[in-house]
Amino acid sequence: MVEGAVLPAEVLKDPVVGRSLWAEARGRLVRNRAAITSIIVLGFIALACIFGPLLTGHPFDKVYPDYVKVPASLEAYPKADQIEPNVERVASRVRAKAENIAVEGDKIRVTLVGQRPIDERLLAYFERSDLFGAAKVTERADEGRRMVVDVPIKRNYFFFGTDTNGRDLLTRTMKAGQVSLAIGLLATFVAIVIGVIYGATSGYLGGRADLIMMRAVDVLYSLPFIFFVIMLVVFFGRNFVLMFIAVGAVEWLDMARIVRGQTLSIKRQEYVQAAEALGVETKGIIRRHVIPNTLGPVVVYMTLLVPKVILLESFLSFLGLGVQEPNTSLGVLISEGAKNIQGATWMLLYPSITLVTILFCLNFIGDGLRDALDPKDR
Amino acid sequence: MTEPVLAIRGLQVRFRTGDGILQAVKGVDIDINAGETVAIVGESGSGKSQTMMSVMGLLASNGWAEGSVKYRGQELVGLSPEKLNNYRGSKLTMIFQEPMTSLDPLYRIGDQLALPLTTHGGLSKTKARERAIELLELVRIPDPKRRIDSYPHELSGGQRQRVMIAMALANNPDVLIADEPTTALDVTVQARILELLSDLQKRLGMSIVFITHDLGVVRRFATRTYVMKSGQVVESGETSALFASPKHPYTKMLIDAEPRGRKEPAPAGAPMVLDAKNIEVNFATKSGWFGKTSHVLRAVDNVSLSVRAGETIGVVGESGSGKSTLGRAVLRLLPASGTVRFEDRALMPLDRAGMRPLRRHLQLVFQDPFGSLSPRMTAGEIVTEGLLVHEPRMSRKERDRRAAQAFEEVRLEPAWRNRFPHEFSGGQRQRIAIARAMILHPKLVVLDEPTSALDRSVQKEIVDLLRDLQKTHGLAYVFISHDLAVVRALSDEIMVMKSGKVVERGTAQDIFERPKEDYTRDLIAAAFLNQQEPDATPLAS
Repeated sequence: MVEGAVLPAEVLKDPVVGRSLWAEARGRLVRNRAAITSIIVLGFIALACIFGPLLTGHPFDKVYPDYVKVPASLEAYPKADQIEPNVERVASRVRAKAENIAVEGDKIRVTLVGQRPIDERLLAYFERSDLFGAAKVTERADEGRRMVVDVPIKRNYFFFGTDTNGRDLLTRTMKAGQVSLAIGLLATFVAIVIGVIYGATSGYLGGRADLIMMRAVDVLYSLPFIFFVIMLVVFFGRNFVLMFIAVGAVEWLDMARIVRGQTLSIKRQEYVQAAEALGVETKGIIRRHVIPNTLGPVVVYMTLLVPKVILLESFLSFLGLGVQEPNTSLGVLISEGAKNIQGATWMLLYPSITLVTILFCLNFIGDGLRDALDPKDR
Repeated sequence: MTEPVLAIRGLQVRFRTGDGILQAVKGVDIDINAGETVAIVGESGSGKSQTMMSVMGLLASNGWAEGSVKYRGQELVGLSPEKLNNYRGSKLTMIFQEPMTSLDPLYRIGDQLALPLTTHGGLSKTKARERAIELLELVRIPDPKRRIDSYPHELSGGQRQRVMIAMALANNPDVLIADEPTTALDVTVQARILELLSDLQKRLGMSIVFITHDLGVVRRFATRTYVMKSGQVVESGETSALFASPKHPYTKMLIDAEPRGRKEPAPAGAPMVLDAKNIEVNFATKSGWFGKTSHVLRAVDNVSLSVRAGETIGVVGESGSGKSTLGRAVLRLLPASGTVRFEDRALMPLDRAGMRPLRRHLQLVFQDPFGSLSPRMTAGEIVTEGLLVHEPRMSRKERDRRAAQAFEEVRLEPAWRNRFPHEFSGGQRQRIAIARAMILHPKLVVLDEPTSALDRSVQKEIVDLLRDLQKTHGLAYVFISHDLAVVRALSDEIMVMKSGKVVERGTAQDIFERPKEDYTRDLIAAAFLNQQEPDATPLAS
C-alpha cells in the first residue's frame, strides 16, 4: 500500500474479526472478471465430467458397431437416410427382402419377402442392431413367405459423434476430463506437499543440510523424465496410480526450489527471529511462520502446475505410456483424433476444445490469483 | 514579492484502492520561492510525500492528481510523461529516502550520473564523464576520479546519498525535492549531508523542498515550513516564528513530541539480572564446501555489560557499530564467546534446547514493526505464541484470556486480537510486538531500536509505555538505539559503541552533559539535541 494510503484509524474500529490477507485476496479475486468466469467455466466442466457420463445414456466403454465414426450431430441417430439401407441389411440376414419400408414416427413398418418361409427367430437380428428394437410381426401371408413387421427405432444421440470403435465421444470426453483433472489435481497435490515441506526445511535449516538437500534435488532433476517414466512402467506395470507418482515425483522439484527461495527471504524476516527468541522449535517455526508465508506463490504455482501436469499426462498418454483402454484421458483421445483427422475431424476437435478450455481457465485463474495475492506486482 | 518558482494550488491526490477511493491530499497550496528552503513536515500518512510525488508525476499507477502545479507559469498537472520529462530530472529533481535502493546496482555510478547529462543536457559521453567527476567533487566524494568507476555496493550509505544528490544537481535544477533524505542514515552522516545541501544551495542558488518528520532538521535548515496533517496544510509560516509560537494544536503536539523526561534510577541493591563479560562475536566469511575461513569480521570486541532489575542500559552507536549484534549475543541468538550469566546461571555452556526454558525470561523487541509480525497470523496468535512454547498445557481459552490481558497492558483494545497485523498502524504493531515479549513476564528485554521506525508522537507513547511496564514489572532493559533523544529519556547508564568496541560508558547524565570522547560529542552534536530542553528535570510520574 502506498504511503499516505495507510488505513486510517476509523477504518479499524468496527470489525472485530480481522480480515486476513486471504480474505482480502479473495475480495480482489472476485473483482477479476476473467478469473471469475474461468472459475465458473472450470467448475461447470468439472461437474459435467463427474456427473455427465451418468446422464448421456451411454456407458463410456459401450461399443455401437453400427455407429462407427458417425459425425457429431444434435439430431438423433439413426438419420432418415440410414434407416433404409440398415433395414435392408438386417432383412438380408433374415434371408428376406425388404419392401415397402415406411417410417411412422418411432416405428417402421416393413414388408419382408422371402423365397422360403421366414424363420421368425431370425427377426432377433433387428434387436441386435444398434438402430432397432424388437420386431413384432403384424401380418403373415404366403405361408410365412411374406411378412409385415413393425420395428421400433432406437433413438440415440451422439452430440460429439463417435470414435473408431463406435463409442460415444461425449461420454468418453467427459470420462477423459475426469481422468485428466484427477491426475492434474492429485499429482499437483503430491508435488506441493513434498515440495513445500522439503523446500521449507532445506531453506530454513540452511548451511550444509541445505547444500545436501538441494544437490539431491539437482540429481533428480538430471534424470530425463521420459526415461524415468519408462523405468517406473517397467518396474510396476501400467497403472493409473503410477501416473500420479511419476508426475508428482518430478514436479515437486520445481516446487521445492521455489519454496526454498521464498524461505531464504522469510528466514531473515524479523518475525522468524522473534520466534527464535521466544524459543520456538524449528518444527514450529517452519509450520507456523515459514510455510504459511510461502503459500501465496505456492497457490499461484499450483494453478500453473495443474495444466502442466494435465499436458504431461496427455503427452505420456499420446505416447502410449499413460492411461490404458478402455479407460481414457484427453491425451489418448487427442492422439486418436489426430490419427483420424482426415475422415473424422470431430474426434480431434472436441477433446482438444475441452483440453484447451481447461488449460485456459486454469491459467486465467492462476493469473487472477497472482494479482490477488500480490497486489504490488500490478 | 517575486513570482514563486513552484506554485501549488488546490492540489488533490486520490488513490483507487480495494476499499474505494482514498483521498491522500485534500487541497494543498504551497509556494516555493527561488533560492529558499521550504520544509514540509508531518507524520507518516499526512500526504507530504504524495504532494511532492504528484508534482513530479511519480504517483503510483492507481493514483491521480487534480488541481494546479505551476513551474514558472507552466502547468504540470495533466502533462503527458514525455512533456513532463522536459522539467523533471532537469529543472525539478528529487532525492529519495533510501540511498540503498535508488541506485541501480548493475551500473557504475559514473554511468548513472552521466545518464541525465546525456539525455537532458545533450552532452557527449566524454563531456558527461568530465561533468560527472566535477559533480562528485561538488558533493565532496573523496577521490572522484577513481570513485566514478565504482559500483553502488562499494559505497557507504552516506556516499550513495551524495551520489544521488550529484545526480539531482547534474542539470542545475531550480528546485530540489528531498524526500526524507537523511532518515536512513546515521546521525553523524546525516549532519554532514544536510550541511552539504545547505552549502550547495548557497553556491547554486536553487530552492530546496525538504520533506521530513524530523523537526530538528527543519529548525536548522528551513526558512519556511508547512505543517501537514491528513492531507491538508494546517499551518505554515517562517520556521522561527512557527516554532516560537505554534498556533495549530497539531503543530504544538509535533513540537512537543520530543521524548522528554528522565528515568528514575533503579532501586539500589536490586538483584543483578544479566551479567555479560568480554563478549566477542566474529563473523567469518566462509568459502567452499568445508568452509575454509577466508575473512573474519569482529563485530563485537570484548564488551562487558550488566543490568540489574529495573535498570536500563542504553547502547548507542551508528549502524555497523555492533550494538544490535551485542544485543543478540547476550541473548545467545548468535554464536559468541565470553561469559553470560542470567541471575545465577551461566548461559554460554547451554545448547539450544537448554536455552529454551530460559527464553521466557529473556525477550527481544525489534525495530521494524512491519517485519517483526508474521502477516498470516492474527495479533492474538502472535502474542500468545510464546505461551505455546513455554506453557504447552495451557488451554486455548486461557491463552485467549492472557492475550486480552496483554493487549490491555500495552493499551490496545483487547477486542482487536483477532485482527491481522496489516490492519494496525505502526505504533499499534509495535505495541503488539511489546505485548508478545511481555506476556511471558520476562526479566530482561532487549529493545533493538523499538522506536526508530515510528513517528515522533508515537515514539513518545511507546517510550511512556516502556517506562510504565518497567516500573510495574521491575524489568531490566537493554535499549539499543541510534536516537539519542529516546535513549536519554529511558536509560540509567549509556554505552557508546563504535566498530564493535565501547568507546565510552557512564550514567546518562554524564554522557550527555560531560562527554569525554570526541565521538560521543560528535554524536550528540549531530543529533541537534543540545538546543533542546536545556534543563529537563526527571519526569515526575
